[in-house]
Amino acid sequence: MRTLLTGWGRTAPSAATLVETGDVAGLLRSRPERGVIARGLGRSYGDAAQNAGGTVLAPIPGPTTVDDETGVVTAAAGTSLHDLMGRLLRERRFVPVTPGTRYVTVGGAVAADIHGKNHHRDGSFGHHVLSLDLVTPDGALRTIDPDREPDLFWATVGGMGLTGVITSVRFRAPRIESAYVTVRTERIGGLDALLRTMRAHDDEYHYSVAWVDTLASGRSLGRSVLTRGDHAPAAELSGGAARHPWRGPADPRLAVPVTLRAVNRLGVRAFNELWFRKAPRDAVGLESLATFFHPLDAVEGWNRLYGRGGLVQYQLVVPDDAEAAVAEALRLLAAAGQPSFLAVLKRFGAAGPGMLSFPQPGWTLALDLPAAPGLVPLFRDLDRLTAEAGGRLYLAKDARMSRELFDRTYPRADEFRALRRDLDPDGVLTSDLARRLDL
Amino acid sequence: MLNALGQPQSLLLLGGTSDIALAVAERYAATAPLRVVLAARPGPRRDEAVARLSALGHRVEPLDFEATDTAGHPALVERAAAGGDLDVTVVAFGVLGDEEEAWQDHDAAVRLAEVNYVGPVSVGSALAAQVRRQGHGTIVFLSSVAGERVRRSNFAYGASKAGADGFYLGLGEALREHGGHVLIVRPGFVHTKMTEGRGAAPLAVGADDVAAAVVDAVAARRELVWVPSAMRFVMSGLRHVPRPLFRRLPI
Repeated sequence: MRTLLTGWGRTAPSAATLVETGDVAGLLRSRPERGVIARGLGRSYGDAAQNAGGTVLAPIPGPTTVDDETGVVTAAAGTSLHDLMGRLLRERRFVPVTPGTRYVTVGGAVAADIHGKNHHRDGSFGHHVLSLDLVTPDGALRTIDPDREPDLFWATVGGMGLTGVITSVRFRAPRIESAYVTVRTERIGGLDALLRTMRAHDDEYHYSVAWVDTLASGRSLGRSVLTRGDHAPAAELSGGAARHPWRGPADPRLAVPVTLRAVNRLGVRAFNELWFRKAPRDAVGLESLATFFHPLDAVEGWNRLYGRGGLVQYQLVVPDDAEAAVAEALRLLAAAGQPSFLAVLKRFGAAGPGMLSFPQPGWTLALDLPAAPGLVPLFRDLDRLTAEAGGRLYLAKDARMSRELFDRTYPRADEFRALRRDLDPDGVLTSDLARRLDL
Repeated sequence: MLNALGQPQSLLLLGGTSDIALAVAERYAATAPLRVVLAARPGPRRDEAVARLSALGHRVEPLDFEATDTAGHPALVERAAAGGDLDVTVVAFGVLGDEEEAWQDHDAAVRLAEVNYVGPVSVGSALAAQVRRQGHGTIVFLSSVAGERVRRSNFAYGASKAGADGFYLGLGEALREHGGHVLIVRPGFVHTKMTEGRGAAPLAVGADDVAAAVVDAVAARRELVWVPSAMRFVMSGLRHVPRPLFRRLPI
């Protein structure tokens, strides 16, 4: 049975045979026509978990075990971070890294080598992985780690599922003192002040992120709300939080029932204005894990607000000394007048050894835009800016990059391709992303 | 693959020397160079078209194509797809014929029906197999407003377009669940070599206008476009004119 699949951005649908099987080795050995890719919860914005005309493997959740002493977690690749967090909170622990949504799988977290608001401190997800179970294209189940088969391991971390099907992941989960975060929220009037503050003080906080109003221009260019925080000690909780210090994240409370284009320029401008005004000038408060890390998860299917045309996320990273490129990117966006909801700016710490991992030290800016052919010239300018600054785009968000840009900005692209040729000479693993970028 | 902004990596032109097909390829060249399979009869016109598109940066692969060789169409589509998935295919061949000859001369009538109706059905079916195989793909059929309400003045042509238009409308429905997308383009009078020497009708457009509409509609995944868009309302009106009145209209 063919199923139409898209990424979270709901663009470029393609049809594949969706299968749910525990016999991953058998599936790979049967070499289905047009190959196989594993899919998690479909939160990659682009075409990474699609395989037109081929087979897509649905995630299968499995048991999670936690070693109380060492904090070592063993989780099935199909487990969502949402479920995992519920389990870990019972052990007074948290995931080492979470992106802006809990609805990603552990396997996907490795395949995309996800990062979070703590990248400047803790690196990306791959940094915390002790070992992986990987079914390689020949159908063999291998347990790999950074010492045993380091090349395969670091090609798999950030490898977008193209080196094999990850079935289980062992990683370290840090202890926390409550299910709350002490958050300092500050309004910042412009980009220079924002970059200065983040550069000087991010190290003092475990988590840090800035939401930028992309429609502000001129002197207000880069006006933003900076939030930084640390896990709150149980002794510092008050009110409801003190009564339930370990309450886990809830399921979504609201749902978008129909696909209707609600994101438009006027609405975004009004929202950005309101959101900037409502933030305190500088205040410290307590927030739940869900509110701090995953505000959008409260609304199920928020991507439908972008209408039938869908949305595109553009996430770039540029080196630390290329902060002028961040300003220029915001200027280009403001000049294009495209309605991007609050963009997200973060500082990355050291890069990991992942062959195709996205993070590198510097600034990362993520922009959500309603998909439209009119974005072609803006994105072309942003591509050029990013490449010239020595940066790159995030594969888990990408839905449109050309092979030329990928090759120019991912210096280990050919090394990855060579490894794939050896590991998977018949191309059993493939995806729409792989076809588009010739991976 | 088509990317999120509707930009393809490959383009197949069936009737690759048609002015509209070439204008579509030129328009895509403005954003990114593609692999273009140019399926047309061999000859100087095709050579010229290959040179023109290559000069724009496209990687052009010429293929021999004859609209009436229906038996050869499935193999032709397979050859076109040998170098990679077919992201966008433009079915752009057709003949206008002499309006009066086209129903009075038996051979001319049959030939027009073969090129304009049987040919598109044949390639449409072969393309459908390819789209199902690859799980994605856009097929653009260049129809005509003439098919919307067939007129006495060019009914052989109009009827052939009406038939093929209906086939592709249905094909779009059938391929939807397989990841396919079919776009019907209904232009009015287009200034091309096909209409050379004929008096232009009201709302006449150029091949570039049609190409612009095609590129936009492919990206927006639209299923039907009129060029110019005002034609939609003109034809919608004409469709409902009672026959006794319709035959008196100077169209």
